[in-house]
Amino acid sequence: MSDKRLRILVAKPGLDGHDRGAKIIARALRDGGFEVIYTGLHQTPEMIAEAAIQEDVDAIGLSILSGAHMTLFPEVMRLLKEKGVDDVALFGGGIIPDEDAARLKSMGVKEIFTPGASTEDIVKWVRENVQPRQ
Amino acid sequence: MTKQEWLEQIYQRGKERPVRFTTLSDMPVQPLYTPEDVNGYDAIGYPGQFPYTRGVYESMYRGRLWTMRQFAGFGLAEETNARFRFLLSQGQDGLSTAFDMPTLMGYDADHERAMGEVGREGVSVSSIHDMARLFDQIPIAKVSTSMTVNCSASVLLAAYLVVAERQGVPWEQVNGTIQNDMLKEYIAQKEWICPPGPALRVVTDMVEFCAKKARRFHPISISGYHIREAGSTAVQELAFTIADGLCYVQAAVERGLDVDDFAPQLSFFWDLHSDFLEEIAKLRAGRRMWARLMRDRFGAKNPKSLMLRTHAQTAGVSLTAQQPMNNVVRVALQALAGVLGGVQSLHTNSMDETLALPTENAVMVALRTQQIIAEETGVTNTIDPLGGSYAIEALTDQMEAEAMEYIRKIDEMGGMLKAIDRGYPQREIAEAAFNYQRQLEQGIKTVVGVNKYSIPEEIPIETLKINRELEERQVQRVRKMKRERNSVAVREALKRVAEACRSGENLMEPICEAVRREATVGEISDIYRAEFGVYTDPGWI
Repeated sequence: MSDKRLRILVAKPGLDGHDRGAKIIARALRDGGFEVIYTGLHQTPEMIAEAAIQEDVDAIGLSILSGAHMTLFPEVMRLLKEKGVDDVALFGGGIIPDEDAARLKSMGVKEIFTPGASTEDIVKWVRENVQPRQ
Repeated sequence: MTKQEWLEQIYQRGKERPVRFTTLSDMPVQPLYTPEDVNGYDAIGYPGQFPYTRGVYESMYRGRLWTMRQFAGFGLAEETNARFRFLLSQGQDGLSTAFDMPTLMGYDADHERAMGEVGREGVSVSSIHDMARLFDQIPIAKVSTSMTVNCSASVLLAAYLVVAERQGVPWEQVNGTIQNDMLKEYIAQKEWICPPGPALRVVTDMVEFCAKKARRFHPISISGYHIREAGSTAVQELAFTIADGLCYVQAAVERGLDVDDFAPQLSFFWDLHSDFLEEIAKLRAGRRMWARLMRDRFGAKNPKSLMLRTHAQTAGVSLTAQQPMNNVVRVALQALAGVLGGVQSLHTNSMDETLALPTENAVMVALRTQQIIAEETGVTNTIDPLGGSYAIEALTDQMEAEAMEYIRKIDEMGGMLKAIDRGYPQREIAEAAFNYQRQLEQGIKTVVGVNKYSIPEEIPIETLKINRELEERQVQRVRKMKRERNSVAVREALKRVAEACRSGENLMEPICEAVRREATVGEISDIYRAEFGVYTDPGWI
């Protein structure tokens, strides 16, 4: 068993400034034993993909409450693929209608957490679903 | 019998439910309040009289109801104009504009950073043409408009004034509010272009401009709403908001303005969260604090300088995606607290707003909520009906005392600007937010439908969808305008704005001229970026 902790990037893409949830989740993941890098606000998809590589993360959590998720998630995925790091698990949450969440999952997003999800659920999900990258 | 005797001899005989008896903000609440708990009734006073605990105006709702002012905006100017006219036709009596993220952050619809975001969280306004379309068939002389915008507020105010000009309305008669409260951006809402110092300069320019040229316009809406929504307690909301207000007053006084020349135009904006008693007490404490501080710290003499006049909005953060119909109930109770707390203007959330921007049906129910309170409940028949309630007066006293503790702490740091630099309010808020989430997950706090009384399968409701084609249409429109306007005239005007940034001359007239010449929100914001620098999120967790 590796004693290397999983590294998670928590990111706020786009212009959305609602960071209450992202910060709570970042802290909960940290308390849950993961290495967490929080990007701060106003990240472009390019900045996020670059950070994922620089920080050598195993998973990325995107928080989007602005309604721009159908543009930003796919763009992040496209860049990760382009840069050869599409084995990083992508998950996220925010204000994302169920039908959009379903579409995003069919495009490769591993899980979407919507309002009411607990930090306990999220930490548990990461523990059970994110593998360290080879 | 004293209260202590009652507690020991009678109350103790009863049982207590196994819950914590605290407000939503963890303020302990006593089983009973009596006259012993009130700091004396002198500080309560009369409505329309210092320190305004019972209300800012002599006759309050007997003279005039609060303004029903629903926040609205989505898609392009045409869509929002239609929603504005719908709301006015349904009995709303003031407008409130929600702009999209690109507009709010100082980017035009055709900017790379605007991709996917145009028209989604509000209406897209990149130029004077969008502002003109937004107010098509709406007489600015007759309707007051509030605009929720902050770091690009100078441009949007200029655009609004130029549209007023075109409608033949003198600036002195334009009635409205622009949020323009940059301090709370660094603390909570997080919409910024440049660092706090230059941002405060721009705000002060707008305060000065409105004091001289647009005296019916409120150049700042000093806000607690966003601070609360970001996770603060009610006392922190009270304290940080008022501390922000003191900072703005200080900056304007240092600019050389007489406090009584501008302070009457300042306005406030509170959150209306779910704890009924706490919210009413908060509103009353806020009025008393502001009156005292303005008189004692700034020597304000004009009664209007001492009156905390406020808009309020029911707490977005209290709404649930689960069983959304329950939100109608939440909003009604929160709105009632606002009315019992004496607000001047009110927005009630729609029940679908955890899922999307409101549908027409949902916003109509929200508006009717206010109308039912006004017309059917009878609470407007008398002023400050809960005044004198032992519980309300005790809680008002307590909140004022606790908020003043925070204000003293911020004073010791050298004021709000310094407190923001060190991350003090930001960290307090993050801590309070995390604490609340933990309590929710431990079942110490309850949200009906979420951690109690949930149902296994939700019934989907109709929600508003923003058509993706609107973005493309706006992008083309903005590009076309940029191609067809007189670019020499625009360049000259932008140069004037840059010069004013450097010289310290008031920015508003140069910006108004630039806007007349079709300079855009993004272009003027780029001047700010170049001249004042760009602020990036410190990213404290």
